[in-house]
Amino acid sequence: MKSDTLPLQLQPKEYKSANKPVWCPGCGDFGVLGSITKALAGLQIQPENAAIISGIGCSSRMPTYLNTYGFHGVHGRALPVATGLKTARPDLTVIATGGDGDGFSIGGNHFLHTCRRNPDITYIVMDNQVYGMTKGQASPTTDPNWQKGKLTPAGTGINPFQPLGIALASGANFIARCSSSDSNGTARILMQAINHPGFSMVQVLSPCITFRPEQREWKNRLIPAPEAMQATRDPAEAARLLLTDEGIYTGILYVGDRPVYQPKLESSITSIEQLEEEFRL
Amino acid sequence: MHRQSLSIALTGSGGSGVMTTGSLLLEAAAKAGWYGFMSRSAGPQIRGGEAAAVVRLSTEPTESADDSFDLVLAIDPASLARFMAEIPLRAESLVISDAGAGRRGGQLPDVDARVLDLSMQQLAKTVKGGRPNMIALGAIAKMISLPLSHVDPVLEKVLQPKGADILEASRACVRLGFEAAVGLPVFDTPETYDMAETERWSVTGNEAAGLGAIRGGIRFVAAYPITPATELLEWMAASLPKIGGVLVQAEDELASINQVIGASFGGTPALTATSGPGFALMTESIGLAVCAEVPVVILDVMRCGPSTGIATKSEQSDLNIALNGLHGDAPHLVLAPTSVTDCLLTTQWAVHLAEALQTAVIVLSDQSLGQTRAIAKRPADVSFIAKRRVPESFEGAYYRYAAGESWVSPMSIPGQAGGQYTADGLEHDQAGVPSSLPEDHYMQLEKRQRKISDFDYGQHWADIEGEGSTAVLTWGSATGPVREALSRLREQGTDIRLISLRLLAPERPLEMEKALHGVKRILVVEQSHSRQFYRYLRASYDLQADTRVFNRPGPLPFRPAEIIQQLDGWNSGAVK
Repeated sequence: MKSDTLPLQLQPKEYKSANKPVWCPGCGDFGVLGSITKALAGLQIQPENAAIISGIGCSSRMPTYLNTYGFHGVHGRALPVATGLKTARPDLTVIATGGDGDGFSIGGNHFLHTCRRNPDITYIVMDNQVYGMTKGQASPTTDPNWQKGKLTPAGTGINPFQPLGIALASGANFIARCSSSDSNGTARILMQAINHPGFSMVQVLSPCITFRPEQREWKNRLIPAPEAMQATRDPAEAARLLLTDEGIYTGILYVGDRPVYQPKLESSITSIEQLEEEFRL
Repeated sequence: MHRQSLSIALTGSGGSGVMTTGSLLLEAAAKAGWYGFMSRSAGPQIRGGEAAAVVRLSTEPTESADDSFDLVLAIDPASLARFMAEIPLRAESLVISDAGAGRRGGQLPDVDARVLDLSMQQLAKTVKGGRPNMIALGAIAKMISLPLSHVDPVLEKVLQPKGADILEASRACVRLGFEAAVGLPVFDTPETYDMAETERWSVTGNEAAGLGAIRGGIRFVAAYPITPATELLEWMAASLPKIGGVLVQAEDELASINQVIGASFGGTPALTATSGPGFALMTESIGLAVCAEVPVVILDVMRCGPSTGIATKSEQSDLNIALNGLHGDAPHLVLAPTSVTDCLLTTQWAVHLAEALQTAVIVLSDQSLGQTRAIAKRPADVSFIAKRRVPESFEGAYYRYAAGESWVSPMSIPGQAGGQYTADGLEHDQAGVPSSLPEDHYMQLEKRQRKISDFDYGQHWADIEGEGSTAVLTWGSATGPVREALSRLREQGTDIRLISLRLLAPERPLEMEKALHGVKRILVVEQSHSRQFYRYLRASYDLQADTRVFNRPGPLPFRPAEIIQQLDGWNSGAVK
């Protein structure tokens, strides 16, 4: 929707609800909440025309803190809910939010197939490499040698999941990485992700200062991807970057142009009685 | 007119085409004026493996298997061995075998019936591209006095698309079979048929459910393929786009149910269909639909369980999980169609109820309803449509989950300015904000329960027929044989009441009390090993009458004579 058609300019704060987040002080997700409101305001999307869909986890609490329509479902199933909603209601702006456990572990299969299907949805994963809500277990993106997870006291010993490489291989149409500490930069990328047709995957590195205090250092490690690799349309180039950058490059890392999944919802018959024809003797 | 009926089975193996033959026979017989149905029995093989087409023709509408078969064509003789339990015979039954079927056809098992030979294999070889199943079709036509003028148009309709050669070869074989059967017995059939003005349909339970869903207002389906629900999904995949709807093939059943919830949250009436294993996967999210008060319909076409069970055969054993499979206190509706054609009404009603009550409605069909094709009177039109309570204006604050004059609260739809809320599987307050306060939990539990308990479901909660101080209490596909048994008893002057529950949850104690008024004896009939329906009745209703159970697991259907035997035995003291 173009801003000049609106009677009033909506400000970011008008996208916030009155509900107070359950997050710990210093949680990266506060920054992401701010980025989402700035992106929605930047695009002047009317709050009633946006729906934020989530599963379970700290970051999945997001919908309640926004003044849009929201859906807070079961663990791991945000993307199917979002797909159903977008398919039936293509007029809405549909954004799925959640964490690394919700999206890549219990919801991993939906992640693969939503990338494949390519509906016009933006998926924001607040990755903190830990299960925060259940108080500090290893997640799919946790380093194999991290020994503070009480279910894996010797470390997981298994390879971390590489969400963006997998998103690329599965067919995601827009891939970006952001830092929650850069609220405005993240907002700008989210605006492009929302505007880009098809499935947009945005990984936001969002520290859990309670269970992973060392993640405070992320803001010093993360660096913008080299100019030449920003927003590449070449999947091979994007793959090289995503598989070798050790997760430190931020920015738009791939932009594709695959066809968007959106069945036409138009009738070709005038009445339901016509469906009975095949049964009549 | 005295009712006449013929039960015919065709058995074969390895792509011998018995299902096609059965379908052609049923449709040709329908043209002549027969009612009837065809059900399918098959093993797990995709191609090859034994299969049986089971056809019953009747001068009156029927959806019950008869007690035994009149005519069996064992196109591959050995294949009958696999179906001895499913195809009961009597001394007068006629089995047509084929001694010339060779090693591939194998040996006919020992049967207590008349056996005659017909060289189906040899005759088919005389026609280029000829097939023994078409010889069988011609022979059956002759034996049941079905004119080839009724068979021919059906052949043309079904086989023309496969090529002119195939059609011509089939026609030639049907004629050969017809002529070859000249010396075979001819069954008693009516001189004329009741061809009164009623419009007749040829429809399967799965198709009827699909049409009922669409009539009710379903415009979004997400599903994962599973036997025996797949045909329903295939029918909807082709039909929904015609009316501006869509079916999405999801990556698994977890995705199916959640896509459906998402579409419905957006205001589009939505349904998924599955069978036991898929249903089990969905249960967590069905609880979400209950908690967040999002209307959804889940159709479970039941098969033998547990686990993968017998995927191709029928059983009424998902009742427990449908009633009690959701965690927490999650009140929802469970409905069951009472016949093949009733799949239409019940599914349409389910859509109406889900939308009116903003909850999850589970419909329990089964393989024997879903995959059976019935020739039946056109099902009566009912006016049930999706009508969701939506707020008209948002003056003042909007509380999505506030109980007001009604326990059903207006549900805003994305796009409605001022109606924004978050639908949540977390317990919430009346605004939808997550809450762990006891008073919010009590209030929302009460709201979700009362809206469905206090609703007036009207006459459709059960099919109740007949009078008498003995009642048979049953549900789902068991209703057909019970109905036929009671109809036979009624003709002999014994009136026994039929009560078949269409609404299994929530329970209807007042209606049940009324239905059972004056009843001294209750026979419960159900197709489950652990007596799931009986236990449910005992837990839900105050059954004061002397109550007995006739149950067995799938896949064998009940036969009317078995039910009569139970009732007679009770009177004589022979059956306890």
